[in-house]
Amino acid sequence: MIMTYLEAIADAIRVEMRTDKSVFMIGEDIGAYGGAFKLTKGFLDEFGPQRIIDAPISESAIIGAAIGAALNGMRPIAEMQFMDFVTNGFNQLVTVAGTTAYRWSIPVPMVVRGPSGGGVGANPFHSRNSEAWFVHATGLKVVCPAFPDDAKGLMAASIRDNDPVVFFEHKGLYRKIKGEVPEGEYIVPLGKARTVREGKHCSVIAYGSAVHMALEAAAMLEKEGIDVEIVDIRTLVPFDEDSVLASVRKTGRAVVAHEAVMTAGFGGEIAARIADKAFQWLDAPVKRVAAFDSPTPFAPTLEKAVLPNAEVLAHTIRRVCSF
Amino acid sequence: MTKSKASVCTPDQQRELLRFMLMAREFDTAMLRLYRQGKAFGGVYSQLGNEAVSVGSAYALDRRNDVLFPMHRNIGGHFVFGQSLDQLMLNHLARNGSQMRGTDGTGHYADPALRIYGNVSHLGAMIPVAAGFSLADKLRGITTVSMTYIGDGGAQVGEVHEALNFASVHKLPLILIIENNQYAYSTPNSMEFACENLSDRAIGYGMHGVTIDGTDVELVYATCVEAVDRARRGDGPTLIETRTMRMRGHAEHDDFAYVPKELLEQWAKKDPVETYIALLDKRKVMSRDEATVLREQILADMIAAIDRALEQPWPNAEEGLKNVFMSEQVGG
Repeated sequence: MIMTYLEAIADAIRVEMRTDKSVFMIGEDIGAYGGAFKLTKGFLDEFGPQRIIDAPISESAIIGAAIGAALNGMRPIAEMQFMDFVTNGFNQLVTVAGTTAYRWSIPVPMVVRGPSGGGVGANPFHSRNSEAWFVHATGLKVVCPAFPDDAKGLMAASIRDNDPVVFFEHKGLYRKIKGEVPEGEYIVPLGKARTVREGKHCSVIAYGSAVHMALEAAAMLEKEGIDVEIVDIRTLVPFDEDSVLASVRKTGRAVVAHEAVMTAGFGGEIAARIADKAFQWLDAPVKRVAAFDSPTPFAPTLEKAVLPNAEVLAHTIRRVCSF
Repeated sequence: MTKSKASVCTPDQQRELLRFMLMAREFDTAMLRLYRQGKAFGGVYSQLGNEAVSVGSAYALDRRNDVLFPMHRNIGGHFVFGQSLDQLMLNHLARNGSQMRGTDGTGHYADPALRIYGNVSHLGAMIPVAAGFSLADKLRGITTVSMTYIGDGGAQVGEVHEALNFASVHKLPLILIIENNQYAYSTPNSMEFACENLSDRAIGYGMHGVTIDGTDVELVYATCVEAVDRARRGDGPTLIETRTMRMRGHAEHDDFAYVPKELLEQWAKKDPVETYIALLDKRKVMSRDEATVLREQILADMIAAIDRALEQPWPNAEEGLKNVFMSEQVGG
C-alpha cells in the first residue's frame, strides 16, 4: 500500500496498539485535535481517552510518566510536539530512562517520538536535529528513518523493544516522501543498515533526510560517470558498523552526511570508525557533509546557507573521487 | 501544625513503629561509623531526625499493593517495606550481591518484588516517574498508591511542579511528602522559598495539602492514612509537608557549621526516636528497658550484617562493561 512517511508511522502505532493492550500514547494535543501534524488523527475515536492521553505542556511529566508506566509493565509512546521540546524533558530521558537497564536490570520499554529537522522555514526552536545528544547519553536507542516502509517497521520494532527508544521523524519527509509499505504487522529490526543504492566509486553513509540528499546527489553524479553507493544506517544506536565498513571496503571512498550540525555530530563517530577499521582500504580522506555549527535560522536564505544540500554533497563526492 | 492526641495505633503497631525507627536510627549511626572508618565511600546521607517521617508514611501503605519511591533520607521506609539489612548493606557498600551490581550505590536500587523503586541524585526526577507508575495501573483499572518524597530544597525543582500538576489533572493516587528539614545543603528555608508553608502550593494544583510536625510518628502515620484513603477513593494526590530538622550535614563530609547550635539543641529535644520511646513507656506499651533490649538486638543484627557485607568481594570489573541495554540482558 502506498503511504506517506507520516501515514506509515501512524499505521505502525495503530497496528501495535490493536495487538498489544499495554501500548498507549501520551502527549500534547494528540487526542481530539489529532496532534500538531495530525499523526494521531482518529486515534482517540478508535482507542479512547485511556490510551490516547492528552497531557499538559509538561515534557518532564510526559516522559517521566511514560518511564513510570514502562517500569510498571506498559509500553508507552510519548509524543514531543516538536523534537526540539525534548530539551524540557531531557533529564527524564538521559538521567532516568537511559540509566535504568544498567543500574536496575529492569526494562523501560518506551518510545519518545516526534518531528525533528529543518528545511521547512520554521525557526531555531522547531528545526533542530538533536539525535547525537542521545547517542552520547548512553542507554538510549536512537532511530532516524528515511523511508515510509522503514519508518513503519522501525517504529513497530521500537515499540516492541525493551529499551527506551528516541525516534526522530523528519518533518520535511512527513508528506513529501511516499512509498510502498507492507500492511499489518511489519518489523524492521533496530541496528541493521540498508543499502539504498549500490555503487562502486564512493560510499555515502547517511540517515534521515540526508539519505534523500544522497539520492539526489547520486542522480546528478551518474551523468558524470560517478557511481555512488548509499548506505542508510537507519539507527544510530545500535549502529551497524559492519555494513558501513563492508561498503567502504568495497568502494574505497566514504562521505558521511547528516542534516545535524557538523561538530561532534554522529558523522564524526562514523568517520572515526572508518579511519580506525578500514584505513588500508581508503583511497581518499573521509569527508563529512553536515550543517554549519549554528542554530537553524528562520529566513529561507539563511536556512539554505546553513543546512547541507545535494549540490554540496555532490561536490564533496566529486572531490573525494578525484583525490 | 497540629499535634497528635490519643494513639491511632494499636500497641502492636506502636511497638512496630518504634522498631522500624530504631532500625533506621541504628542503620544511620552504623553508616556514619563506616564512613569514618573509610569503609563506606561516596556520600553518606544521614536521616537522623527524619525517622518518624520515613517510617510513619511508609507504614500507612499496603506494602503488597502500593509502591514506595523513597529519597535519600528515607531508610526507614525500606525496612517497613521488608528490605533486609543484609541486602541494604550490600547495596550501600557496593559489594558483590548488591542489587545494582556495583553500577550504583546507596538507596538507589529498585526491588520490584518488594515494590521499592529508589531515587536518582537529581532531585525531583522520580516524582513524575512515581505518577506514571500509578497511571499504568489506573489504565488497568487498578488503584496503586505511589508514595514519594522530596526535600525543601528539591521542592524548588521544575519537575516537581510538572508532576504535581499532572497527577492532579489525572487524579492519580500519588502522595508527595515534602520533608522540610530547614536546609538544602547549606541554604536555609528563607533563601529557598517565599511562601509560609510548602503545602500551601497544593491549592494551586487543586489538591489537598497539609503541614505537620515531622517528629511525631503517629501524626505522620495518621496524616498519611488519610491521604491513602483519599487516593483510594479516586480523589487524587495529596501534598504533605513535614517539619523536621536535619541533625547532620548534607552528607558526612559536611560539618554543617552554618546551622546555629541553638537550633540543633532545640530540635534535639524533639528527637523522634527518644520522644517515642518515652511516650511508649508512659503509655505502658513498652518500657524503657524493653526498648533498650530491642535497640541492642537491632544493633547486634546491624553489626553482623555489616561484617557479612564487608566479607563480600567487590563486584567483578566486567560488570561495568555490560548491560547498558536490556537487549544485552536475560529477559531483555
